[in-house]
Formats: sequence, structure tokens, C-alpha cells
Amino acid sequence: MPTIDTERNTIIISKPVVHKSTACYHCGTDCITDSIAIEEKVFCCEGCKLVYEILNDNGLCDYYKLQSHPGLTQIKPTRADKFAYLDNEEIASKLYKFTDGNNTMVTLYIPGVHCASCMWLLEHMNKLATGITESRLNFTSKEVTIRFKKDIITLRRIVELLTTIGYEPYISLDDATQSKTKNHNKQLIYKLGVAGFCFGNIMLMSFPEYLSLDKGIEHEYAFLFRVLNLVLALPVFFYSASEFFASAWAGLKQKILNIDAPIVLALIITFARSVYEIATNTGSGYLDSMSGIVFFMLVGRVVQERAYKSMSFHRDYKSYFPIAVNVLTKDGTISKNLQDLQEKDVVELHNDEIIPADAVLIKGNARIDYSFVTGESEPVLVEEGKQVYAGGKQVGEKITIQVVKPVAGSYLTSLWNHHSFAKNKAEKNNRESMIHVMSKYFTIVLFVLAAVTTLYWWANDPSKILPSVSAMLIVACPCALLLAATYTNGNLLRLLSNNGLYLRDATVIEQIGDTTHIVFDKTGTLTQGSKQFHTTGHQLTETEKAWVYNIASHSKHPYSKALVKYLGAFPTVEIYTWEEHIGKGLYATIGNNTIQIGSAAFTGVTVESDSNKPALYIRINDKVTAFYITTELRQEVAKLIPQLHKRYGLSLLSGDNDRQREQLQTLFGQSSKLLFEQKPLDKLHYIKKLQDRGRKVLMVGDGLNDAGALQQSNVGITLADDINNFTPSCDAILDAGKFAKFPALLQLAHSGKYIIYFSFIVSILYNIIGLSISMQGKMNPMIAAILMPVSTLSIVLITTGLGSLVAKRAGLSLKA
Amino acid sequence: MSALYLLILASITVAAFFLIAFIWSVRSNQFEDKQGAAIRMLQDDELKIN
Repeated sequence: MPTIDTERNTIIISKPVVHKSTACYHCGTDCITDSIAIEEKVFCCEGCKLVYEILNDNGLCDYYKLQSHPGLTQIKPTRADKFAYLDNEEIASKLYKFTDGNNTMVTLYIPGVHCASCMWLLEHMNKLATGITESRLNFTSKEVTIRFKKDIITLRRIVELLTTIGYEPYISLDDATQSKTKNHNKQLIYKLGVAGFCFGNIMLMSFPEYLSLDKGIEHEYAFLFRVLNLVLALPVFFYSASEFFASAWAGLKQKILNIDAPIVLALIITFARSVYEIATNTGSGYLDSMSGIVFFMLVGRVVQERAYKSMSFHRDYKSYFPIAVNVLTKDGTISKNLQDLQEKDVVELHNDEIIPADAVLIKGNARIDYSFVTGESEPVLVEEGKQVYAGGKQVGEKITIQVVKPVAGSYLTSLWNHHSFAKNKAEKNNRESMIHVMSKYFTIVLFVLAAVTTLYWWANDPSKILPSVSAMLIVACPCALLLAATYTNGNLLRLLSNNGLYLRDATVIEQIGDTTHIVFDKTGTLTQGSKQFHTTGHQLTETEKAWVYNIASHSKHPYSKALVKYLGAFPTVEIYTWEEHIGKGLYATIGNNTIQIGSAAFTGVTVESDSNKPALYIRINDKVTAFYITTELRQEVAKLIPQLHKRYGLSLLSGDNDRQREQLQTLFGQSSKLLFEQKPLDKLHYIKKLQDRGRKVLMVGDGLNDAGALQQSNVGITLADDINNFTPSCDAILDAGKFAKFPALLQLAHSGKYIIYFSFIVSILYNIIGLSISMQGKMNPMIAAILMPVSTLSIVLITTGLGSLVAKRAGLSLKA
Repeated sequence: MSALYLLILASITVAAFFLIAFIWSVRSNQFEDKQGAAIRMLQDDELKIN
């Protein structure tokens, strides 16, 4: 269990002597001791033991039966009053989904959910505390919905309880400001269900008609079937198709002819003519075709709008920032809503907390990790009186800062005030999509043809104007174009996501296909998160390496992890003392040897002024080794860049210094522009400049500092080592493990356009053949009724088949 | 042939029943968390207090 050393104001975690390594009963971490145990169950730390005790006391030990070592390690301490701000009812009430003053419902996002045991435990919260009436976990979105009685238990208690058992909820400013969930997707599903129901039944009712039964004795029934069809077509026309009406109307209001406009026109004319035919008992109309088309178009739309629930493409800084901060006032510490934070407010920050606004450091040793902002994970040391910037994270002890700028006006957050964030990219993409451009010309040609036909019949036989023009408009419905597009896009979305590229929506596919220039961020994108070292000073012997390996492997600090990875594998060594001074270093004794791993100050090394500062020192007794970090390029980058260079213009924007310029310039080629020390706004402006020169820009980045550039570019792709982690708002998320496939993925997206063209041409051929046969009066209604769904299905098969073929030839996997 | 009326009525009723069942399942969020349901059904309903 961590102890707080008040004198040195440091958190020290110490672990007793090690003898052998056992996996912790709770979390599975290697235990450095077996002294923390209950009966034969061994734990790695007091935290894990505590969780076990709580569960054991409440009869919840089934948790351990569902999966061995299901827990999350408790080595990292949580500050006792971390969630004190939830006692502030004003803040807490923003998180409530519902409350009637007592019965309250709250939904919390729990990133740690990973297995069946997690679900089991979180759904038995009511056994852990009185006052909780029900808890339900959505495993896919990792959200637990808890109903509780506010009179008995507070939200703070619940959140703290969750934290104690290892499921700390992630509460951010976004939770408080977010508008509640949209229901559009469900509406679409209802419409699809209704259309499917009506379509199926209309087909059934139409069978007698296809079989020409109306000519025989059952003539009396023909009218009944037709009326039934009409009744069934009403919900299709007025409810299911409203999707297309709304979209067409929205387009017309902006004076744009989008693809839904000619479709809606065809639907209205088909419906009107069918009603007329049935009312006058002159024919059966085309209700079967109409409802079938609506049904298939809706299916296409559902396929295309498939959302990735666990990912979010719309995150801005609000998702990263806390909901409240501790403000020091004359009357002591109070929790303050982040939005109410004002200039001159004095804020207390603890280990791992984010600086909410630009501020000046008043007190404490600030080591600020700006990885959210710059992608650079090395913490920066700040002296008292110097400025710290919003988005940075304090590592180590408690610091006090005074706010100099409000949250929204801070250096990082002001990026979101830039006008490029006001644009709705999806809408813009949609408007410029080739489908809509094609449909515009399509509509114009259609109207010209209709006018010519009208003139022709007006001169020859005016009574034929209406039937022929309406027939033409019905047949020329561009639904095949829409179907080709939606199914192609839906299939491409699926294929891309199977290969690690997750798109925000289908409009992004075409944008990727049109890309002419690719801009890379360096840190975290081209370079890897894991670090490589080179050393100076005392060269470690194999025995010493084993010591360092064993000591570092018990720490969760990124440097310790990197060190372990760098050293390789060593057998377990007996450690006598082990202490982690958070934000400073590790201290351990092995035999008679004292080993210190950490900063210069911690290891007691006098630092010479060196521009290339060592990241950490290892001191074994009197011998000191300095470790320097070399950020390595990702393995695949060396192959990837030349490959991309053949087809695209390339640039590199880095927030870092130009130490690696030469290496990168050779890789990128002399014609590519490499810019270093770029601020977030510089990156945005560079992309804007490229676009002004007519380039279609695709940006690949990772940190919040790229957010502006990602937004400004035609396609912003975030590279993420863990796709469920927090990523800045973007158009697509690429799994970093699949980075090598990037050129193939671009190629697949590029092929989408040609697949759509091809299937559209096929469907036009269908129409021409069908039309010419029926014009000669040779078309049997039965054959027509069969051909309609068959032609639709064949379009679906062509689009999905071609997409998969391209993917296979590009070396991509077809299955997830 | 009046049996035809009955058959039509029956077939549409059955189909409508399925439509309602479908809408109900969407409305009650059964498609929101497909992974969760698969795990939940394997867990014991009652807790064994030890």
C-alpha cells in the first residue's frame, strides 16, 4: 500500500523482500513477495488484497471462478479525495441521466472492463453497497448504468467503490457538456423493419396478379389484392421512405440536387400512378417495385452507417479534461466546475492530473508530461513562476498553479475556436461526393428527355403524354446508383475495419480515394511509443543488468517498462528492499548492493550541461550509467514511405526539434518537405496552404496537437496503438499494428469509385434491356416481378465481390 | 373461396406479430450490446453466499 511521505511530499510505494515469483491471485501480476497473502492466495500488493477482502466479505468470490486473475493491478495508488468534487451536487447532477430527487440513474464509462468477471462483478454492485438498486454493464461500450438511491448512497461513494475494486470510471468534462445520445440509428432500423414487412406482404399479394389470375374466375379478388397492396404501401411511402424525402428536401432548400431528389421524384410518380391505376381499376400499379426499392435502399443505408460503438471520432479537448478541479480559496479547498474556472484561481494538482488552463506554477516541483499536446512523452521540468500550459499532465508530487487564462482561451484549447472546427466535414464530403455530382447530371438529362417525350406525344397523340412520361420517370429512377454506392461503401467499410482502419462514415472512403498528398506527424506516428536507449559511463555487467531488470520490472513507469524491454529477459533475483518514489525513481537493495534508478537528483549525480540530456541514470553503489533515449522509427516506416512516395506527395510536420532531419530526408526523398518545431496552429496552416494549391490532403497524426491539422485536412487519420484509447477527433482511426498495410488500405479505398462506376453501368444495362423488352410488349409481369429483386441482388453481389477481390489482391485479409 | 379472406387475415397477422416483435426488440436495446448478452447468459443467476 502506498504511503505518503509528508516531509518529502512524495508518494512512496514499497514492497518487501522477494523470494520467488507467484502470480497475484487478483490481477495476475508477478508478486515480488508472498508475504501479502490470505490462506494460500498470494497478492502482489495490499490494494489487490483489499479488493479480494471486499469481495470475499460480500460473497462475490465467484468473480475469480469465471476467469483466473481477472482483476486489474492496484499498485498505482489513487488519492483519497480524488472524487471529492462529486459531493458538489451541481457537478454530480450533470452526470445523472435521470433523478427524481432520490432514485437516480447514472452511466459511467469504465475503461478497465475486459472480461466476463468484470461484467459479473459490475452487475452485482448491489451486493457491495446498500443503496445501489441495479447495475447493468454494456460490454461493448464499456459503460455501466447504475440505479441508486441518493438518500442512502452518494455518487462519490459509488465512484470510490468502483475505484477500490479496480474499476475506476473515467469522468471527463465531455460527460457534463455532451448533448444526450442521438436516436437516429434506431429510427432507421424501425423504418427498415416496416419496409421489409410491407414489401414481403405486397409481393405475396401480388402473386395472383403475376400469375394472371385476374383473367379467370377469381377476378373479384383482384381488386381486393390491389387494395390490400395499397394499404400496405402506405407505411412504406409515408414512413419508411421519409428518410429520402427529408434528405431531398434538405438538399433542395440549399438549392442542391442530391441523389435523393430524383429518387423521391420517381417514388412520388410511382405511388401516384399506382393509386390512380388501382382507383380506376385499370391496372395493379407498381407498388411491389416501389416498396422493394425502398427496402433495399434502406438496407444499404444501414450497412453503410454501421457505427463502431467503442470508438469515438468526435473527441475534442473536453474528453481529456477533468470535470472539476480543486481550487484553493480563503475558506479552504473547494471543487469547482471546470467551466466556472476563472483567471487568478489557484488550483491544486496531484500526480497524473491534467492542467486545465494555462497557468503559472506557484509551488511544487512540476514535471509536466505534455504527451497529449505534443506527442512527446518525456516530462518537462518547470520552475516556480514559469508558465505551464493546458493539456499537460503533472507527474509526481502535488503542485499549485494560478490560472492566467480561462479554459476555452488557453493555448491548446483555443485551437478548437479556429473556424475549421465549425465546419461539418461529413456534410461537406457528402455534398462534393461523386454520387451527388453524377445524380445532378442524371436529373438534368432525365428532365430533358421527359420534355422531349412530352413534345413528341403532344404532336402525335396527346393522350399518351402522361402514361409515357410517368413510365419513363419510374424506370429511370437512379436507385441503382444509390444501391451501388451504399453497398460498395458498406462493404469497403467492413473490409477496411477488418484490416485495422476504422472510418467515421462512408463519405471518408471517397475522400481517401481522391488523396494526392499525405502529411505525417513524426512523434508517435512515425516513431514508436516504446523507447530504445544508448548508454554512457559505466557499462553494466550481465549480473547488474539482471538486477536492473528485476527492479524495473516491478514498476509501472513508462521508463521502467522501456528499460525492461531494452534489457531483454533475465532470471528472477532476490530483492531485499524495493521502493518507488513516484516521479523520482526506484530504490532497491540486492545483497550488499544499493541500486538507484531515476533522475539525476534522485541518484545524486551531478549533471554537466549537456544539450542531449540523459533520460535517466542508474547508480549501482558508486558506478553510474547514463541512459539516453533514441526514438526509433517504427519498423514498417522504412518500407512504407518509399512505397507511398511513388503515388503521393509527402510532407512531414513535427513538433520536435530537427535532430533526425537527415535520416528522415533520405527516407522521404529530396522533393518532400520536412518541417520541424511546428506548433499545432502552424500544422493547420500548412495543410491549408497545400489545399489552396489544389492538393487533397490526408493527414496522419496521433496527439491532440495534431487535432487542428486533422480537422483541416480532407482526411484526418489518427494512428493509435490501442484503438479504444482516447484519440483526437478525426475521420478515421488506424490501428498502429496494421501500419504496414497503409498503402494497401489507401488503394482499396481508391478502388471504391471504380467499383461504383462499374456496377452503375451494369444496372443501366439491366434497365435498357428490361425497358426494350417491355416496350415491345413481350415482358411477362411474372418475369418482371422476379427480375426486379434479382437485378438488385446482382448489383449487391457485384459490389461486394469486387471490393473483396481488390482487397485480396492488395494483400489484405477479408475476415476480421 | 371465402377461406381466402381468412388466410389473408391470418398471414398478415402472423407477419405483423413478427414486425411488432422486431420493433420491440430494437426498442428494448437488445441490439445495443451483443457481446454482453453472450457472456451474461453463461453466468449463474443466484449468488452462492459462502
